[in-house]
Amino acid sequence: MNFSLIFQTLITGLAIGGIYSLMAVGYSLIFSILNFSNFAYGMVIMLASFMGYFAMSKLHVGMGIALFLAMVGAGTLSFFNERVAYSSLRKRHAPPLYFMISAMGTSIFLENMVYATIGSQYNAYPQIFAVPTIKIFGASLGKMDLFAIIFSIIAIYILNYFIQHTRTGISIRAASYDSTVAEINGVNLGAVIGLVFILAGLFAGISGVFLGIKYMAYPNMGWITNKAYVAAVIGGLGSLPGAVVGGIILGVLESFVSVYVSSTLRDVFSFGTLIIFLVFMPSGLFGKYLEEKV
Amino acid sequence: MYIQGILILCMINAISAVGLAVFTGFTGLMSLGHAAFMAVGAYTCAIATKTFGIPFFIALPMAALMAGLVSLVIGIPTLRAKLRSDYFTIATLGFGEAMRVLLENLPITNGARGMAGLARFSVLPTVFLIFVIVVFFTKNFIFSRYGRMAIAIREDHIAAEMAGINLFQVRLRSLFFSAACAGIGGALMAHHIRFIQPNMFTNVQSTLLTATVVAGGMGSITGPIIAAFIFVMVPEVLRVAEMWRLVAYGALLVAIMVLRPQGIMGYREFSINGIIRYFRNLGTKQDKGGTVS
Repeated sequence: MNFSLIFQTLITGLAIGGIYSLMAVGYSLIFSILNFSNFAYGMVIMLASFMGYFAMSKLHVGMGIALFLAMVGAGTLSFFNERVAYSSLRKRHAPPLYFMISAMGTSIFLENMVYATIGSQYNAYPQIFAVPTIKIFGASLGKMDLFAIIFSIIAIYILNYFIQHTRTGISIRAASYDSTVAEINGVNLGAVIGLVFILAGLFAGISGVFLGIKYMAYPNMGWITNKAYVAAVIGGLGSLPGAVVGGIILGVLESFVSVYVSSTLRDVFSFGTLIIFLVFMPSGLFGKYLEEKV
Repeated sequence: MYIQGILILCMINAISAVGLAVFTGFTGLMSLGHAAFMAVGAYTCAIATKTFGIPFFIALPMAALMAGLVSLVIGIPTLRAKLRSDYFTIATLGFGEAMRVLLENLPITNGARGMAGLARFSVLPTVFLIFVIVVFFTKNFIFSRYGRMAIAIREDHIAAEMAGINLFQVRLRSLFFSAACAGIGGALMAHHIRFIQPNMFTNVQSTLLTATVVAGGMGSITGPIIAAFIFVMVPEVLRVAEMWRLVAYGALLVAIMVLRPQGIMGYREFSINGIIRYFRNLGTKQDKGGTVS
């Protein structure tokens, strides 16, 4: 066992884990309020990645503006996703299965729309840093990865502050605790849910751009975003600290499996972990397990 | 010959869809991994007939059995744990993908290159016969005690459990049945196209099956059959590209959930008597309208 390889693997794992965390936060936010898994979220991230790509390569704007545009675009998309696909289901109290089918439908629709209009090729973002890596104790770390980790930490911190300390944040928490009682107490449920989807969309925008810079933008990205869902389950769906911890654990685990076991089995391993967690610890590390209401 | 091919494809899809209808429509759990069971059936049948020279009519039940047994691998742990339905769905999604990776790396399946040169056993009369048998079994399954229990679970699983129904057993049984149907569908598909590779059984295939069941109506057998025929025939007739088909299916799923969650048929079944009754009622309504005016 050589130490520097272990350290390098750890660093690589943390870099991808940071992005998993960012995406898992979005899944968790939506789950906490609507109590279902929004599989369409992955496609919002994919589209955000494309928005960032087009902003940078076609409009030739800097990364900051591209990030901003992707966040606005993904937020809007996420909002309309809720209004079109879920709000009428919510109003007639449809069972979670219907929400999931609707989410699956949205996801298939968006993914294949991209295949049909933009095409299936991989689109690389332009180079951002002239010297892309720095050395930390002999391990190389992409400057972009470092930036992504720092930016993710700041974004998650702001989100946490918003939810814990502002008036709107309190109404979000109230709605996620019990939506009916929150509504009776004067919370505008429709607005709060719309806001949660916009917040999740903003996170989709950030993670989409970072993912695109790291792995390029392509329509089949849903496969990576599904792993963010795995991360959210490990941490406990509906819990924000859980999403962060779950993302980092999954990123590091995957990176070790692909270095020391086999990179083809990495995805099997991730989903094996998912199934083990679902069966033995359905509430994850930090979450609460909610039985489905009939 | 061309029309025969489409009919065969319709019936193969209908067989798999009927299987999934028993599971999704009658226990309320959604699976996104049924392509894996089709793959298991297809590979079992192909290996049995091509590598070991076993006759097709023995290999086909073997394929069904094998798919059923594989379904227990995912079914026993997840159904015993009584997962929420979305957790179960994501577990089946992961399982389907794991299965495909496995097929790509096993020596007996010839890896990602797939198996070519399979004999053409899925001719129209054979497929039709198997289709009829499967539908007959499904109908009997649904109208048996187990079918009734499954419906009770779908409607309210807590109440069903309190009434003494073993949730795990009933769900597992319908999963086994649906996997076996998917296995038969896969086996027929293998001997219709005469070439299989792991790439044919992705989660897109699973999603299409689910879309078929949802569009046909969860809780109906004839609904998904009609939907399977429509889903194969309409794109054939219109000759649209694969991607636009999927775009339309996605939009259709959302539209169905928002506008008509019961699908084409809802809980009802398609029958000749039903049509006659429908038109007779139509007639009486019009007559009434006439007398009023």
